[in-house]
Amino acid sequence: MIERAGSSLLQKPAVLSELEKKLINRLQHQLPITESPFQSIAEELGVSEVEVISTIRNLKQKKVITRFGPLFDITKNEGVFSLCALKVPAEQIDRVANQVNSYTQVAHNYLREHRWNMWFVLAARNSDELENIFDEIVKSTRCEGINCPKEAEYFVGLFLPV
Amino acid sequence: MNDLYQKIITMTQSGLPVESRPFLSIAKELGVSEQLVIDSFKKMNDSGLIRRIGIVPNHYAIGYTHNLMTVWDIDDKKADSLGKEIGQLEFVSHCYRRPRHLPDWPYNIFAMVHGKTKQEADERMEEIRILLQSDCHQFCALKSSRILKKTGLRL
Repeated sequence: MIERAGSSLLQKPAVLSELEKKLINRLQHQLPITESPFQSIAEELGVSEVEVISTIRNLKQKKVITRFGPLFDITKNEGVFSLCALKVPAEQIDRVANQVNSYTQVAHNYLREHRWNMWFVLAARNSDELENIFDEIVKSTRCEGINCPKEAEYFVGLFLPV
Repeated sequence: MNDLYQKIITMTQSGLPVESRPFLSIAKELGVSEQLVIDSFKKMNDSGLIRRIGIVPNHYAIGYTHNLMTVWDIDDKKADSLGKEIGQLEFVSHCYRRPRHLPDWPYNIFAMVHGKTKQEADERMEEIRILLQSDCHQFCALKSSRILKKTGLRL
């Protein structure tokens, strides 16, 4: 039995409290880099530090947020990123997704409505390593693949207000 | 690169402890002072090695169910200037230039667009199309239908 890939992830909207919404909006921006950052956030929002901490933990546990922490730009540290795609036959999606997801270098992976239907981001220390992993994935999944490394970045700044 | 930074990255790439003194618990584990950890984070933040410290929401979970990877085939000569213009639209979260793979993949500019409804996402894509006019030869939207993995990078 092949596990359904992504079955542990929330795939639809969750019911959110007002405080959860406020925190989701606030924490898509920068956390203060101070001894007690959650205390500052609590003061901004007019709630207690304990409430802030427990609400963030709860959002993580409910998987409404997939990460809390620093987002590193590895290209500043000689790392490389690439967006890669595979053409995966419909009946093989879970098999291939589980194979692709098993690489720690795969940061995220989305199924999309297109003949190039599986899109994932590869992160590696350098472009040789990245190409090797990409070749290995193409070979082991037996799917056609394209490797689309970033050539220029015009904007990165996700903010999804709730 | 600074050895301490490397250790901090390794320790926190999966996340920051959600507790009253998050930098203190990192400091204890590394056997350094809290102030040194805070200073290191500030420096990594200022240098751009850290883009930001915060949350990454699951788009679907917070109500954004229409997430489009819009892709555009734009003249090479105009790709950079138009890419910047697309990136400046307030609803575009990421915008990159990437290599084409002809003939099967003719697109060189990628822009992520998110909407709470199909109409919202489609209108946003239309706004990009209007901006590009005849400089764009063909385009396509790839709607995400399932998240297969979402962890952030681990090195």
